[in-house]
Amino acid sequence: MSASDDIWILGIHMTKFGKHPDKDTVDLGAEAVMGALADGDVTMADVGILAAGNLMGGGSIGQQLQKQVGQTGIPVYNVSNACATGATALRTAIMAVKAGECDMGLAVGVEKLAGAGLLGGGGKPASKANVYEPSGRFGAVATTDGRIGTNTMPGVFAQVGMEYGHKYGGTSFELFAQISEKNHGHSTLNPLAAYTKAMSTEQIMNDVMIAYPNTRPMCSANCDGAAAAVVTNGEKLKTLSLEQQRRAVKVSASVLTSDPWQEACQVLPDVNTLTRNAATQAYEQAGVGPDDLDLVELHDCFATAELVHYDNLKLCEEGGAVDFFKSGAPRRDGRLPVNVSGGLQSKGHPISATGIANIWEICQHLRDECGDRQIEGANVGLAHVIGLASACGVHVLEKAAA
Amino acid sequence: MSDVVEQIPLVDYLVLGDEPHLQANECTSCKARYFDRRNACASCFGTDFTTVVVPNEGVLTSFTIVAHAAPGIDVPFVAGVVDCDGTSVRGNVINTPPDADHVKLGMAVKLATYIVGTDDNGTEAIGFGYEPA
Repeated sequence: MSASDDIWILGIHMTKFGKHPDKDTVDLGAEAVMGALADGDVTMADVGILAAGNLMGGGSIGQQLQKQVGQTGIPVYNVSNACATGATALRTAIMAVKAGECDMGLAVGVEKLAGAGLLGGGGKPASKANVYEPSGRFGAVATTDGRIGTNTMPGVFAQVGMEYGHKYGGTSFELFAQISEKNHGHSTLNPLAAYTKAMSTEQIMNDVMIAYPNTRPMCSANCDGAAAAVVTNGEKLKTLSLEQQRRAVKVSASVLTSDPWQEACQVLPDVNTLTRNAATQAYEQAGVGPDDLDLVELHDCFATAELVHYDNLKLCEEGGAVDFFKSGAPRRDGRLPVNVSGGLQSKGHPISATGIANIWEICQHLRDECGDRQIEGANVGLAHVIGLASACGVHVLEKAAA
Repeated sequence: MSDVVEQIPLVDYLVLGDEPHLQANECTSCKARYFDRRNACASCFGTDFTTVVVPNEGVLTSFTIVAHAAPGIDVPFVAGVVDCDGTSVRGNVINTPPDADHVKLGMAVKLATYIVGTDDNGTEAIGFGYEPA
């Protein structure tokens, strides 16, 4: 079966996304870690490296978790890469196993974000003495957010989608709302999603406007959640039980990119080039193409973002994202289902957990363990996340050969 | 006391005077432009920069109408990206109603300035935006 240096997901777990007022960040992370270990039928004694991500907590999340799940003295890497933090943790664990430093690694991402409100906006508070004094790299004398563009995430990603519309045409408020309608519809089959309510396009368009064309349900849902994964190599997997081998999911590609310089990237983050680069590398590494994919979980932090990533992940011809969506392809009964979990708009987006939770979703389908929302016969899936600043993670996963 | 009001730009890349305009730091080797100070060029790693004038006219290549913002920021407002003859600029679309009937992708716009506020010394902060051309 597998080559000895292949990488496999041995165990993986995601908590229910939503409000967890009775659990703190460490509780949620520990639940994910213990779930992933149990899923892989291993213990902390088997694990040689821990990579952990959390943005909103108190720091050193990996060591905090060890105190709850097992302090074995292994190296801990606390990672931070905005919304790509979970994928970065997974990539770190994979790199350690690939490098031969250990034969089993653990990655976890956890966030408490319920009720966090609008992210990204604002500036430093004005000083008490009201005298203009240039400061910072732009020599600003007052806050620039709201005066020179917007820093809010719904506004930034609205512009990402509108820019695509300017370049290729065919976008509209209604089209973006329809993308959201798809994902909210998908979420009704996902018991772990934060929101599981179908919404009509009209309902979505008439909801509270946040940053045109993104209304509230077209924005990722702030919520609590955690996800964790145990990875191993092919050589180690051969020594494990037949059941562990049967359920293991092959990581055919694991790629992390950052944003290369582009003319306009200083004024609007370029979320396209680094995603295209990551997709290109991932397809090459995995030896598969977009046509081989059975499902995709992509980073729909806003409805406007999902559209551009159809194109960036090469699920369609360049410039063809609108037609791809209108064809029905990304619906769960379509040619290439996208975000059957409900996506970030309804499943939710506990930032650091997202980049592992999307892998969990793909694994459940490849293992044929996805219940009501199972994509029948799924053999190959792709998971994508992007964090502003920017970082992009793409993983291609394949079902274990029978 | 002088009756000339002191003015200061909201950001240092806005040049006030008779013909307000934006300026950028241009890398002398690859011509990449930056509105902020850079230690080295993000494109080619060069360390020599020169100051260049950014054209006041441009085309709106993207926008959003922000309805919810951080406390203290007036909404709604239009945030956008303007292509000023090859230099992309971030700015608000001003002097037109902030709705999708008046703000369109691809519309021609030009730089305009306005008073942001006045400090305790009576100095006015001057901001910029883009209005329909």
